[in-house]
Amino acid sequence: MATNISKDVLMLMLERMWRIRHFELKVIDVYGAGEFVGAAHPYIGEEAVAVGACAALKDTDYIAGNHRSHGHPIAKGANLNKAMAEIYGRIDGYCKGKGGSMHLADFSVGILGESGILASSVPVATGAGLAAKIQGKDFVSMVFFGDGASNQGACHESMNLASVWKLPVIFVCENNQYAVTTSYKDTVSVDHISDRAQAYNMPGVLVDGQDAIAMYEATAQAVARARNGDGPTLIEALTYRYEDHSLGLDKIRKSEYREQSEIDEWRQRDPLDILTKNIVDTGTASQDECDAISAKASAAVDEATEFARNSPFPDESELYEDMFSGEMPIP
Amino acid sequence: MADKFFMQGLSMGISEEMRRDPKVFFMGEDIRASVYGAAAGIYDEFGDDRVLNTPLSENGFFGAAVGAAAVGMRPVVETLTSFMWVGMDQLVSQAAKMRYMFGGQATLPVVYRAVMYYGGGSAAHHSDRSYPVFMNIGGLKVVTPATPADAKGLMKTAIRDDNPVIIFEDGTLLGTRGDVPDDPDFTVPFGVANILRAGTDVTVVAIAGSVPHALAAAEDMAKEGVSVEVVDPRTLVPLDKDTILNSVGKTGRLVVADPAAKVCSAASEIMSIVGEEAFWDLQAPMQKVASKQVHIPFSPALEPFVYPTKDGIIEAIKKTMN
Repeated sequence: MATNISKDVLMLMLERMWRIRHFELKVIDVYGAGEFVGAAHPYIGEEAVAVGACAALKDTDYIAGNHRSHGHPIAKGANLNKAMAEIYGRIDGYCKGKGGSMHLADFSVGILGESGILASSVPVATGAGLAAKIQGKDFVSMVFFGDGASNQGACHESMNLASVWKLPVIFVCENNQYAVTTSYKDTVSVDHISDRAQAYNMPGVLVDGQDAIAMYEATAQAVARARNGDGPTLIEALTYRYEDHSLGLDKIRKSEYREQSEIDEWRQRDPLDILTKNIVDTGTASQDECDAISAKASAAVDEATEFARNSPFPDESELYEDMFSGEMPIP
Repeated sequence: MADKFFMQGLSMGISEEMRRDPKVFFMGEDIRASVYGAAAGIYDEFGDDRVLNTPLSENGFFGAAVGAAAVGMRPVVETLTSFMWVGMDQLVSQAAKMRYMFGGQATLPVVYRAVMYYGGGSAAHHSDRSYPVFMNIGGLKVVTPATPADAKGLMKTAIRDDNPVIIFEDGTLLGTRGDVPDDPDFTVPFGVANILRAGTDVTVVAIAGSVPHALAAAEDMAKEGVSVEVVDPRTLVPLDKDTILNSVGKTGRLVVADPAAKVCSAASEIMSIVGEEAFWDLQAPMQKVASKQVHIPFSPALEPFVYPTKDGIIEAIKKTMN
């Protein structure tokens, strides 16, 4: 399929998707080796959603996301070293080791943080859009949430608010089919989550979330609408997480919730394969060039892992920092 | 200096800060019509762009205020304590925790005005005095003005503060009067208690709506020859414990009057600090005069039994004197 997207953007999307893929494969690897504690929620299989969506944004636009926290920041341009160091709980991490895997944030490039309470970042992102509106600025705000979170009141309240006030917000629902182990088909009252947009008088767009180009194009339209002062859009991206909800969950849960055949079927439509094929088939770049991008991303992830391993843990004094801005006694 | 109602102090504070800083805006339910009284005149002066009537969506607009603050605005949000429960996730998971969890990257200058209506037959769903809950969470500054001047001065400090602040506006005080400075540069710092009446025999630390009762009790006790020092902490986070400890060091006796329910109240925390740090100064067991640990009953025959009163404070003072 030919596209109007420039080669630069296509190759940047491919690079960022590979950065996420290699990052997540490494996280699985080092988590298995016991190199960090806590939980991690791999984004493998969903890379085209965040990357396609963020490629349509400017650096001055904002995003917020959820516990599946690695993909969104990398898609927006986060630094891999700081991201990996955070997952390792080190002082050089984005949050100086206070957030961990579920809470990556980089305010310097518009990443307002990833929230572990589902849908909790949706009102926050809506507020960033409100700030744009009040100040008459042309930045937009985008928030990623899942099919599970789409049932939270915070989501519905935010969509209503954004529509009533015509805020420049793009709601991106990553429908990866399951909230932990529960299918959205058992919990969502409509066929498609994007149908809910009608209730809030905003466009609802259903997109193939495995296709980065489709994501980019749908998002670009929503961003243009938002910048033009025409208000929010709800995009539902149909996608799939290859791994369990979180690493190690397969060892705890007592029963299966999806068929292997379903996983295999989705893997046939891998987002990296789809984008690479498009790039090669249209003559935009060669397979060798695409392979080189993957190799470069893999090397960057290796370097980030070494950086994280060598970064010190925070000193005990760090415990009392950042509760408040400015001088404040901690009882 | 002018004689003003408490609620005028609050609205003066907001108006002055909105004039001073274009990043300040005001949002809440029915604020354009100032249904709850303390937003009077603000819509007339600042109009649609900076005074937003919100839908009934506390989780939505409490969080939107956090997001707007995160990108440089200074929102002031009006609500009632009893509606805060609906938006608790945004207050706790986002407003309170964001800065710490993201390693100091988030600066959130957002003010929540939480009006506490109680004592007037509002029943259990509209009578919460919930500030101790927010003292426990961390990451939030907790402010309890008790005079019209402090209502203005603390509001202005709250709006200028770079942290999330909740101002608990005591409904029993909204109609009280007092001198309020006209000076637009008048502010009241956080973490500085106010000694409203000096005394030598007993310290009464009084919070929010308990302050007038404590002052009345002190007046009565003076007639009996007991000298009562009344201390209003004004802010509970940060808490000016030095002023409290110094006062107890002088009097050797402590009563804490707190309209919140007694278990894990602000009084509990203050008494715990005095117990840990000034035990040897005490000449008698400390006394807590807080609300009974019940929900607020509607009937006017029952509700008055719940809250601290002048008589309850006098009784507690006398216990410390025996």
